[in-house]
Amino acid sequence: MDIDVKKVAMLSRIRLTDDEAAELGPQLANIIGYVEQLSSVDTGGIEPTAHPHDAAMPLRANIVTNGNRRDELQAPSPKIESGLYVVPKVIE
Amino acid sequence: MPFSSLSDIQSRLKSGETTAVEIAQLYLDRIAAFNDELNAFVHLDAAHVLAQATASDAHRQEHGARPLEGLPIAVKDIFCTQDGPTRCCSNILEGFEAPYDAHIITKLKEAGAVLVGKTNMDEFAMGSSTETSAFGPCRNPWDTDRIPGGSSGGSASAVAAALTPAALGTDTGGSIRQPAALTGITGLKPTYGRVSRRGIIAFASSLDQAGPMTRNVKDAAMITAAISGHDSGDATSVSDAPVIDWLAACEAQDMKGLKIGKPKEYFVDGMDAEVRQTVEDALKKCEELGAEIIDISLPHTEKAVAAYYVIAPSEASANLSRYDSVRFGHRCDNPEDLLDMYTRSRDEGFGSEVKRRILTGAFTLSSGYYDAYYLKAQKVRTLIQQDFTQAFEQVDIIATPTSPIPAFKLGEKTDDPLTMYLSDIFTIAVNLAGLPGLSQPCGFAQNLPVGLQWIGPAWREDTVLSAASAYEKATDWNSQHPAAFNVNGGES
Repeated sequence: MDIDVKKVAMLSRIRLTDDEAAELGPQLANIIGYVEQLSSVDTGGIEPTAHPHDAAMPLRANIVTNGNRRDELQAPSPKIESGLYVVPKVIE
Repeated sequence: MPFSSLSDIQSRLKSGETTAVEIAQLYLDRIAAFNDELNAFVHLDAAHVLAQATASDAHRQEHGARPLEGLPIAVKDIFCTQDGPTRCCSNILEGFEAPYDAHIITKLKEAGAVLVGKTNMDEFAMGSSTETSAFGPCRNPWDTDRIPGGSSGGSASAVAAALTPAALGTDTGGSIRQPAALTGITGLKPTYGRVSRRGIIAFASSLDQAGPMTRNVKDAAMITAAISGHDSGDATSVSDAPVIDWLAACEAQDMKGLKIGKPKEYFVDGMDAEVRQTVEDALKKCEELGAEIIDISLPHTEKAVAAYYVIAPSEASANLSRYDSVRFGHRCDNPEDLLDMYTRSRDEGFGSEVKRRILTGAFTLSSGYYDAYYLKAQKVRTLIQQDFTQAFEQVDIIATPTSPIPAFKLGEKTDDPLTMYLSDIFTIAVNLAGLPGLSQPCGFAQNLPVGLQWIGPAWREDTVLSAASAYEKATDWNSQHPAAFNVNGGES
């Protein structure tokens, strides 16, 4: 199978150098080629499994439980100013 | 002494023969002596370990002992811990310090355990050899030219060389059981939903489960008893999971009348002949102990690896989209714009195996391919689960080899990702079906440890622990240690 590696890399928001793309392309084709064998399995009338025990998604009461920990939670960010996350300009 | 089990250490602490501080110091000394050779630990704060041990001794004096009082337990670098760094062995998390403890880290602390540092792993748990770590590869104590398995290779290596008596790992496609097998220790992956995943850095959310890596079966039960239970903070933690008596399950030690299924798909040409013979011998031993071996078939087994390598990368590509360099993680220098910041930060931060998996998942989830790959794989997953359901109408438990091969050499499989993926062929189906699985040592092939895998029905860890305890009692594989590390600390 022919895979457009640069397109998939952009979907993944990963810049690939030409060297990386040249290496990953055949590897990806190889992996996808291997998983192709799934198409030979008869899955007519079979439901897909997302959670192994088919558990329903639980809901909890809509109340705050973790307190105000803004500073601690923002501490790992690469760039913070006045409690805001700083990123390159998005709108001209 | 360094190769003592948790329960031995617990008795000695209880009798007052030793203290948590002495025990902690013993293992800190061994880590100092051996870690350079093994690279099992990637973060260790000796002063913090001793402070926890001191506090534990005081707690014992003042309030009595909690279930894991003073017992050293190492944890894989995938668990968020407030004390010190959490890196998932990735450069993208360089400098990251978690603002909270993983739920089961909190549970270990509440049970009185002394946490001894973070262990090496494949980057984001993606690997079977602990060679993709940003901290460099980890080595197998039985032969340091060989890998310890993965992704929880650091935890396995540390327990096998007695740098700690026990450790936590995580298992998405075999990452507890395969390294346990390749290093001659015991590892348990509980039923999916048994143990909270909150604060465990996510890889593939419908498959990930944490569990213990230990010197014997009872130690695995002690730790699982402490970390399991419903957590309202994890939507996939099951609230009505049947509660079992973990320790009582290890005491029965009887196999009489146990119906053990032997699936023909796990004893095949292409696997190492000596591994196969070793596991066949283990099953003969079980028969001598009164078990009945029943030939069964799990017909969709050969499609498990293909289904896994669609489902796991798909979920990984979604989970790892959070590394956007905004809220945490590495950010590239001088980004031109937002897109440049995302794409360059992620290129610089992720290693090549992680990129390979993210790209695979982005492809299988992408428009036009979703039905053919992701949805199809989820349907095959249902068939794999049905195979097990049908088998368990006939047998109590299933026994297989954990890995088709013993530990391989560093660098042997790094050039071909697909060959590496196939080394998980016997462990993956258990994750797809969400079942409990345990690996325990059952002999040697080419002088390297071989693992026997027990697979139980959902929530029946008690059946698994009981069979494994009976086998352990009748054999002495779990008391064999790598000679090069069976020094510097007296008798074992």
